[in-house]
Amino acid sequence: MDIRLLIDFGSTYTKILAVDLDRGVLLGRAQALTTVDSDITIGLKSAYSTLLDECGFQDRHIKGRYASSSAAGGLRIAAIGLVPALTLEAARRAALGAGAKVVCAYGFEIDEKIVSEVEAASCDMILLTGGTDGGDKDVILHNARMLADSRLTCPILVAGNRVVATQVRDILEARGKTVSVTQNVLPRLDAVEVEPAQALIRDIFIARIIEAKGLAGAQDFVGGEIVPTPKATLQAAALLADGTEDEPGIGSLVIVEVGGATTNIHSVCSGAPSDPLTVVKGLPEPRVKRTVEGDLGIRYNAPTIYDLTGEGPCRTRLRAIHPSLQEESIDLGAHVRTLSANVGYVPAGTLEYDVDIMLAESATGVAMQRHAGTLREEYSVVGAFKVQYGKNLLDVENLIGTGGIFKYGYRPERVLAAARFSLGTPWSLMPRDPRTYVDSEYFLYGIGLLADHFPTQALRIAKKYLRPQRSDG
Amino acid sequence: MQAADKHIVIGTIGSDAHMIGAWVLQKGLSAAGFGVTLLGAAIPQEEFVNAAIETHADAILVSSLYGMGILDCEGLRDKCVEAGLKNILLYAGGNVAAPLELQTNWPEIEKRFRDMGFNRVYRNTVTVSEVVDALKSDLGIEG
Repeated sequence: MDIRLLIDFGSTYTKILAVDLDRGVLLGRAQALTTVDSDITIGLKSAYSTLLDECGFQDRHIKGRYASSSAAGGLRIAAIGLVPALTLEAARRAALGAGAKVVCAYGFEIDEKIVSEVEAASCDMILLTGGTDGGDKDVILHNARMLADSRLTCPILVAGNRVVATQVRDILEARGKTVSVTQNVLPRLDAVEVEPAQALIRDIFIARIIEAKGLAGAQDFVGGEIVPTPKATLQAAALLADGTEDEPGIGSLVIVEVGGATTNIHSVCSGAPSDPLTVVKGLPEPRVKRTVEGDLGIRYNAPTIYDLTGEGPCRTRLRAIHPSLQEESIDLGAHVRTLSANVGYVPAGTLEYDVDIMLAESATGVAMQRHAGTLREEYSVVGAFKVQYGKNLLDVENLIGTGGIFKYGYRPERVLAAARFSLGTPWSLMPRDPRTYVDSEYFLYGIGLLADHFPTQALRIAKKYLRPQRSDG
Repeated sequence: MQAADKHIVIGTIGSDAHMIGAWVLQKGLSAAGFGVTLLGAAIPQEEFVNAAIETHADAILVSSLYGMGILDCEGLRDKCVEAGLKNILLYAGGNVAAPLELQTNWPEIEKRFRDMGFNRVYRNTVTVSEVVDALKSDLGIEG
């Protein structure tokens, strides 16, 4: 037996998975409420003793522990850049790919009003970018002065125009700010280079944020470093798609993660046009991409989904899932407000379960439309031609659902169908004919945690436990 | 201020290989005293911006004859801003849109270019002297 524990400090629950790497099996799981406000180790120890009781092994059998955290609000970053479609977009991608939540994002010169918004957003870090190397200096210098005069105390990461990087550092440090400087996220107009910034975000997360968020006690139990949970899921996505030398991956994929407060989409694929004659616009798209929709979630943000979709379409969708809706009555507006106020709400009866499915389906559709690229037609002297913005997911081979709705819900195929190409939105480049899977064990984050250390074993476990769905959508 | 103090970058944008217009402009603008860099044909946006940085240019003149000018020019102003060329002049000229659009909808095309951050846009009937006058006026050159 080679037992490893995979721990996730979630915003609500602390979850522990036990796996046996020798046999490639999941041994068991346990969870307890996250106790970050008092002492994080209380919830952790409670989950841990449950796990030991249920699985029948001892503390001394455990060879390794790995952990991720989204407790205490996760990793909250404010992104600041110059042009929204260029350095600001590159900054957002750097933050999202590092597993952060982008709580606010601003382009061009920031003013006092924006500074007070950033101060109010309780960020863990500020990512300050602007200008290509040798490009614009004025805006990042202005923004550095504004931040220097602010009451912000969190670390500021500078990843902008190299030419003024030292000057930016001096301006901020002169006013007592904590500053780290790394390479530009957009060194040239055609090159997004987010890796150095992401490495720095990770270092600062480990060095400072863990402590600040009351996770230090947990660190002692874990032994190793703690990574942001979304980063773990992203690592799982890359491993699952690409495989290792000893074990082939499953190919290009999209992971849909529906949560209570957010809906996250991860894609691993080239994103190039299906038709080589298509013209591609915008910054080059990353192969491994994550987007977070902070306004879409089936508990805290249930009212937003309801408002975005509209009452009529919500009812139509619900009727398709729940044909006897006519006879039963439900005040959807009031129900979504109940969900938002009680984020731990467990549906009572099939109708309420079906409302959850309807909300998840709607959130997935919107989140995928925002993640996927678009195709439109233009006309020229030689006739019509196609223009693609963003990432083409049409030919993605696999579609995976993860999150509570896929673990507990009983109609995952409906939710996943909303992530597929639809004739109703033909311009949206969503997967046309993917194989579909459900993370019914809710273990993908754990695969990501193992990916750094035991990629081949982690991949085999993932392939064994992902549950295939009917693919007729 | 004199024309000799001003530098202009010229090229044909996107996948367009028709460079006669850009070539004529180079001759004309040089004769009028401007410093001119002719980039050639099928030039990506990044190359226009990089050349403008290197030559400390005051204007970028984009030529397009194959009807995809709007698409090829989209985003050029954004790139200039990021590269520290916030105030550089941007002109486009040629068959900058599909033929029917050019014939029937010129005000709309001018509006689209203005919205994209271009200072001026011309049809393929424009003369060199019109361009020289416009540059002189926009750059504050007397005479």
